[in-house]
Amino acid sequence: MTVTSYTHGQDGAISVAGLVKAFGSTRALDGLDLVVRTGEVHGFLGPNGAGKSTTLRILLGLMRADAGTARLLGGDPWSDATALHRRLAYVPGDVTLWPNLTGGEVIDLLGRLRGGLDQRRRADLLDRFDLDPRKKGRAYSKGNRQKVALVAALASDVELLILDEPTSGLDPLMEEVFRQAVRDEQRRGDRTVLLSSHILAEVEALCDRLTIIRDGRTVETGTLADLRHLTRTTIRAELAHSPNGLADLPGVHNLRTGDGSVRFDVDGAALDAALRHLTQAGVRSLVSQPPTLEELFLRHYERDETDRQVAR
Amino acid sequence: MTELAGTGRLIRLALRRDRVLLPLWILFPCVVPLAFISAFTSGFPTAAARQEYAETSLHNVAFTVAYGPLNGSSLGQLVTWRAGFIPVMIALFSLLTVIRHTRTEEEAGRRELIGATAVSRHAGLTAALILTCGASLVLGLVSALLLVNAGLGAAGSLAYGAGLATTGCVFAATGAVVAQLTTGAGSARGIGIAVIGTAFLLRGIGVVSEKSGGGLGWLSWLSPLGWAHQFRPFSGERWWVLALAGCGVAALTALAVALSARRDLGNGLFQARPGPAGGAPGLRSPLALAWRLHRGSLASRIAGFAVVGFGLGGIAKSIGELMDNSSPAAREVLARLGGQGTVVDQYLQGMMTMFGVAAAAYAIQAALQLRAEENGGRAEPLLATPVDRLRWAGGHFVFALLGPAAGLAVFGTAIGLAHGLNTGDVGRELPRALGAALVQVPAVWVFAGLALALFGLLPRLAAGAFAVLLVSLLFGWVGGELKLSQWVIDLSVFAHVPLLPGGELTVLPLIVLTAMAAALTLAGLLGLRRRDLPVG
Repeated sequence: MTVTSYTHGQDGAISVAGLVKAFGSTRALDGLDLVVRTGEVHGFLGPNGAGKSTTLRILLGLMRADAGTARLLGGDPWSDATALHRRLAYVPGDVTLWPNLTGGEVIDLLGRLRGGLDQRRRADLLDRFDLDPRKKGRAYSKGNRQKVALVAALASDVELLILDEPTSGLDPLMEEVFRQAVRDEQRRGDRTVLLSSHILAEVEALCDRLTIIRDGRTVETGTLADLRHLTRTTIRAELAHSPNGLADLPGVHNLRTGDGSVRFDVDGAALDAALRHLTQAGVRSLVSQPPTLEELFLRHYERDETDRQVAR
Repeated sequence: MTELAGTGRLIRLALRRDRVLLPLWILFPCVVPLAFISAFTSGFPTAAARQEYAETSLHNVAFTVAYGPLNGSSLGQLVTWRAGFIPVMIALFSLLTVIRHTRTEEEAGRRELIGATAVSRHAGLTAALILTCGASLVLGLVSALLLVNAGLGAAGSLAYGAGLATTGCVFAATGAVVAQLTTGAGSARGIGIAVIGTAFLLRGIGVVSEKSGGGLGWLSWLSPLGWAHQFRPFSGERWWVLALAGCGVAALTALAVALSARRDLGNGLFQARPGPAGGAPGLRSPLALAWRLHRGSLASRIAGFAVVGFGLGGIAKSIGELMDNSSPAAREVLARLGGQGTVVDQYLQGMMTMFGVAAAAYAIQAALQLRAEENGGRAEPLLATPVDRLRWAGGHFVFALLGPAAGLAVFGTAIGLAHGLNTGDVGRELPRALGAALVQVPAVWVFAGLALALFGLLPRLAAGAFAVLLVSLLFGWVGGELKLSQWVIDLSVFAHVPLLPGGELTVLPLIVLTAMAAALTLAGLLGLRRRDLPVG
């Protein structure tokens, strides 16, 4: 199910439509759409190689799209790059630091290049992330390199944060510190965060809306509730009588009836009708299980897998 | 054999990675002497003509410093002497190959990946040494066989090949030692190149001192680069030098293994110290960052140029003594060449060209730092700040332009100062030498511009700038002997630089070269502004 009703108003922090980018014969992006509203934390999901980093690089003016439109903070990401970069901070997916600069030096350099750094916030973040800023770049582990980039980004006073899998190297404790820091941003209300991630719990905990892409195309977008609505809910119920006509109802799947109990999956659109049938049969107990983000995710990932098998 | 477990597989991996570079590298030094054989047999067909060539060459100290001692005028002696720069190139390649397969791997974290598999602690070092020494042996053997095939004596050919092979092995082992010292491959390369520079200088001083009857002839025995000549191919071969070189390789290898056994993964002998917790107030621009990244190599280059310049300047005057000692026939040759002053100038000209090429290599390397930043993922976070691409590139490119220029200025000053102190006329020699060094700058800038143009337009081929420099060097080097058409020689950028001191200062080629450098730079910047970064 693809949601295609995009708004291209000026109020959006990011609006991308029909983005195409080819590297040689491979099409990394194949008509990608993405809308991020001002002030929201937007999850950007997709399997490895789906085109997430390429999209971010186009939004940063590092790469030029072959077709489609991209607007960022009301400007053109390619031609207005320098001016736009004053208003955003970026954490790359694979943070590499200069081997002979210390973490503190990198944080200050990047912050000053963006036009200044909140010193109080810098000290606070270093403390919360438990990062030693005196180490040389080559001495940091992957997680610590990520922390350097995160502190540099979060301590900058910017409107938009673009984070590419920022927690892939962090331990659970630091992951929690990161979530707290993003919630701080969220609370300010005017900061927009585009968060590319693989960690579903993180997306579930932080994101107002999310976009799932696959093979360079958008396959789902909306709030978590919207997306859940588009998928099946699992219902288990104990009933007084056996239900009539439930099996014939469109949108009801995998119906199994037992000793006074039923179990079935139902499409979001048919949920209301199915529940009416149940109440007519006298509900003694009812358990409704919404689809987890994992299920949403796996549906797209697995489809990806079968497509590939078909292609072979 | 758990000590060396996995070495065989690592050698296969290294061979797979170097499958293009290594054969090319082995082939190139083997073919150059063949070109000289055909050049000497066609250009100097009689014994008398070769005798005259040898006499003339003996009095060009630049040749003696660059190629080592010339022991006679037979074809074998002339060819192996003229190919005397090959050991220096082999030394450089061996050193860099070993560092590339050891410290570079470790710095990139790939050694950790390999080290976690069933390979022993020393397998990586051993594999790199076996690969490089093996290639050196093949190179020496093939070179010798090709010379025998061309009709030269077997003993002399073998001695020549043995000189090449041992040079390769000694500097492979040297590379293994320096790779243990530092945590960064860049500083390891710097130390290794300084060792080669010192060896080159020791050989030069020793050989010139020996020719002019000075007492410093023993210095060339301290230089592993000198050992290749101590085999004396075609001049009464000294086979026992093989034992000396063998001991050198064994000692250096033992040292490398001992150092490697004493340190942890990722560490060097020189430990990294903690640095400042925040950036200095000045660290707020791409230029300031570039200064941090380039200053180490800039300082070491300038120090190297100063030391080598001082050494080379110091031996310039001994040419005068050489003339006093020489036979009436040689004096006649010298007079024909233009007298003593001209001979010193000729030597200085040769050195200026050689270090112009060295400065060009530095310029290319400094410009390609941009490519290293892009490949290493360090350009991306920087360009996501309000730093324009051109400002970022400019910050690095300034060092590709001014760094080599500063190096050449220091080189010219050092050579002029040393020579002037010897002759007692610093006021004359210093400006002459400085000017001669500075006229190389436009040619050096052409190579900086070329590297930037490739980086902007064909980033994957950016390292090809080194290949262009090598070809340019080759045409200038063998073009005269091979009697190549003038237009081919003209392709060599350095052929257009006025021969100073002593020659005529023509301004037009300098203007043309500077314009070329500017055009290439502009093309590179325009290309960079349009392309994807990192390149897709």
